[in-house]
Amino acid sequence: MPPFSTNRKHILPGFGLSMGYTVFYLSAIVIVPLATIVIGTFRMDPQAFIGTVTAPRVLASCRLSLTTALLAALCDSVFGFLAAWTLVRYRFPGRKILDALVDIPFALPTAVAGICFATLYSPVGWIGQLLAAKGIQLINTPTGIVIALIFIGFPFVVRTLQPVLSELEPEIEESARSLGATRWQTFRRVLFPHLFPSLLTGATLSFARGIGEYGSVIFIAGNLPYKTEIAPLMIMSKLDQFDYDGASAVAFMLLIASFTMLLMLNAVQRWQEKASH
Amino acid sequence: MSIDIRNITKRFPGYTALAGISLKVGTGELVALLGPSGCGKTTLLRIIAGLETADAGSIILEDRDTTNLPAREKKVGFVFQHYALFRRLNVFENVAFGLNVLPRSSRPRKKEIRERVLHLLGLVQMEWSIDRYPSQLSGGQRQRVALARALAVNPKVLLLDEPFSALDAKVRLELRRWLRKLHDEIHVTSIFVTHDQEEALELADRIVVINKGRIEQQGTPQEVYDHPANTFVYNFLGNVNVFHGRIRDGKVMVGGHHIEAQEKLNGHEEKTGQAFIRPHEIGVSRIRSSDNDMPGIIRDIRLMGSQIGLELESAGFEHPIEVEIPRETWSNLGLDRGDEVFITLDKVKVFTGDYEI
Amino acid sequence: MPTPVTQEQRNIQKTGKNDPIPVQVLLILLTFAFFASFVFMPLALVFSQALGKGWQLYIDSIREPFAIAALKLTLLTAAIVVPLNAVFGVAAAWAVSKFSFRGKTLLVSLLDLPFAVSPVIAGLIFVLLLGSRTPFGSWLGEHGIRIIFSTPGIVIATLFVTFPFVARELIPLMESQGREEEEAAVTLGAKGWQMFRIVTLPNIRWGLLYGMILCMARSIGEFGAVSVVSGHIRGMTNTVPLHVEILYSEYNYTASFAVASILVFLAIFTIVAKALLEHQIQQRQPAQADLT
Repeated sequence: MPPFSTNRKHILPGFGLSMGYTVFYLSAIVIVPLATIVIGTFRMDPQAFIGTVTAPRVLASCRLSLTTALLAALCDSVFGFLAAWTLVRYRFPGRKILDALVDIPFALPTAVAGICFATLYSPVGWIGQLLAAKGIQLINTPTGIVIALIFIGFPFVVRTLQPVLSELEPEIEESARSLGATRWQTFRRVLFPHLFPSLLTGATLSFARGIGEYGSVIFIAGNLPYKTEIAPLMIMSKLDQFDYDGASAVAFMLLIASFTMLLMLNAVQRWQEKASH
Repeated sequence: MSIDIRNITKRFPGYTALAGISLKVGTGELVALLGPSGCGKTTLLRIIAGLETADAGSIILEDRDTTNLPAREKKVGFVFQHYALFRRLNVFENVAFGLNVLPRSSRPRKKEIRERVLHLLGLVQMEWSIDRYPSQLSGGQRQRVALARALAVNPKVLLLDEPFSALDAKVRLELRRWLRKLHDEIHVTSIFVTHDQEEALELADRIVVINKGRIEQQGTPQEVYDHPANTFVYNFLGNVNVFHGRIRDGKVMVGGHHIEAQEKLNGHEEKTGQAFIRPHEIGVSRIRSSDNDMPGIIRDIRLMGSQIGLELESAGFEHPIEVEIPRETWSNLGLDRGDEVFITLDKVKVFTGDYEI
Repeated sequence: MPTPVTQEQRNIQKTGKNDPIPVQVLLILLTFAFFASFVFMPLALVFSQALGKGWQLYIDSIREPFAIAALKLTLLTAAIVVPLNAVFGVAAAWAVSKFSFRGKTLLVSLLDLPFAVSPVIAGLIFVLLLGSRTPFGSWLGEHGIRIIFSTPGIVIATLFVTFPFVARELIPLMESQGREEEEAAVTLGAKGWQMFRIVTLPNIRWGLLYGMILCMARSIGEFGAVSVVSGHIRGMTNTVPLHVEILYSEYNYTASFAVASILVFLAIFTIVAKALLEHQIQQRQPAQADLT
């Protein structure tokens, strides 16, 4: 039996039409194009493939993308947790505006974010000159990349934590407190474990996004080979040299990384759902 | 318009919702499908409306086989449990919907549509609400609009899925009397689904008791209530005391007492059986009026409005006996907790060999 | 009518108030500090740079022919992409939310696939599929059709990256609305199109609009994917974000930030629209609220 079919007759109209169109459009825009990368990679000479992805410059760029994305996801966990906690639990002037602004990184084109951070942290920029006075330079360094990725990723953490935080029952806290736990103990042993799965989800989303991020990073990164050249840029420069095989080999590795992450996320969520039932 | 349901079967993964149901509904009848939740009654209703397909069997509406017609062509009015009013349309547009979607050739003119909608809203006493949106109406009002909407297209058959279950007790009672009156006025063949025996008894011309996808019994409310065909029906239609006992020589032996059965019990061999009696069929008095009366002690008294519920303990009975007496009898006898009384059990209904409840 | 206090709001009031005031103040200040450095400052910087050399230069930078051409191309792309993805989103949401079929979970996760793909890779796949060095691309080239490094390529890459927005917005909304209203419409004799137009579409209009706004914002702002498939030809295949990049790399900061300010307005419009529409979408819920 073909997939997406059923032996039950459908009562409401339009199943065939809407399903047919959905499958067709999904295949044309997403499935077939993505499949070209996989097929292309498998048609490559295995040695050439291994040669490409183990070239020191490629390895360095992948390592850089993974480590900066990971660091940024960790920072986002802290900042995102802080923001979600404050926005949900406390009432203060400007709260609604801050809440709306959480989505700015989603809504602002990445190129704009990129030039903003590059300018802010340049030695003559608003923040850069303060740092330069202390002899610190962030532009053209991995730290600069992390800063841009923190910006890109923090809404993921805030938006996954907020609903869980607001559904938290006060009784949980009250009962912990009535059993003699201090505030800190209540937080550490009761609240935090409850919030942790969502925090992990948000951080993973932020991590996955960070690995593939391009627009907001390239301006602040400086793109020095072996130092601040991220993996998506590696693909870009291979394309510029018409090295299509090389580009798709790197892309393949990156796709594997992202999908593994999302599959793991799925597994974690399923496990979590089972545990809570 | 008569409905002839023939051998309808429906299976869902893991269970059988309907196991070959056959049922005839006469023109103008108001029939209740009564059963516990999950018994298949709503599925049957949805199959008649074309909102679900049957695995086998057929539905004949007035000599025409409509089993495989799409819902759109069945011309069946369906009133949903949660009303399913179109939330973005106002009351007028909701009721006019069925007329407005008719093909241009058979669609009435604007003025006629308006007249018909106003007439129907008058019928359900909702003329005042034409500009309101569903969210501005109470549950009972929504239900009446839903009914007007279903009637607008002159359905041959009206199907109502748990029409009162989402309403609070007082509105439910009001609306159910009103629906009975409405049915007496317009006489459209109607089937409604309910799990509330009181509702079925009060409203329906005929009750069809369904359990586990099968019809247990059908008949007028009187028949079904007074002569339940089996233990399930007895149990489902109202409160009941069940005694396990032995049957010998046409009598039931429960806890060392001989109890007369309602009907003659055939056969002389000894059998195990169950004796059923409704709480209000049990007599209670201060003095023993016959040899069969049993002594009992009042353990609890519940005020239930016009009736008084007593919980009696009697030697030889495992469970307390539930009795209901009119409030007047109660105050005349001056009964109190701990009092000793005599219990008359003379209308028990006995079922043998069948322990299924 | 006074808005009833939800259980959720009550929870917040109770829990939040229990925290010691100094902790609250500290956390609120920290949050503001984070927003100041990561949100306020970048946004303020755009306008300070764009207007740093006066209004005249700002307006000139925006009205310059290449900027206008880029804006036109961007709007053209959005005008093609948004309706296509909206129609798809409605179709997908209809199939997924109103019917049960095998493979539904798989289909829903495939719909989200483009969000998991780096924008650069999104561009790359179309170069690999349709570029002039591929069999299909060269066949197209022989027939005078050019996709990569030209407008169709930009449109297709943008279709890919904005693919899930509308469907994602509509599926949960339509699932929560159930099938009953449509079933009622069908029993009242409505044909498929009548049911959709009179019953379904009004019920989903705000969610649909919101999904389309998200789709539009992303299609206007997309940089990575478009950067791969665009030939970066000024006045021809440059979109607004690409134009910002070019101006910036030419050290023409004022012009770059001036053009970027258009995109900032877009972002602000998007989050304001979200705030307004979220309210509209939630308002429909009370219609079913008193059922329990």
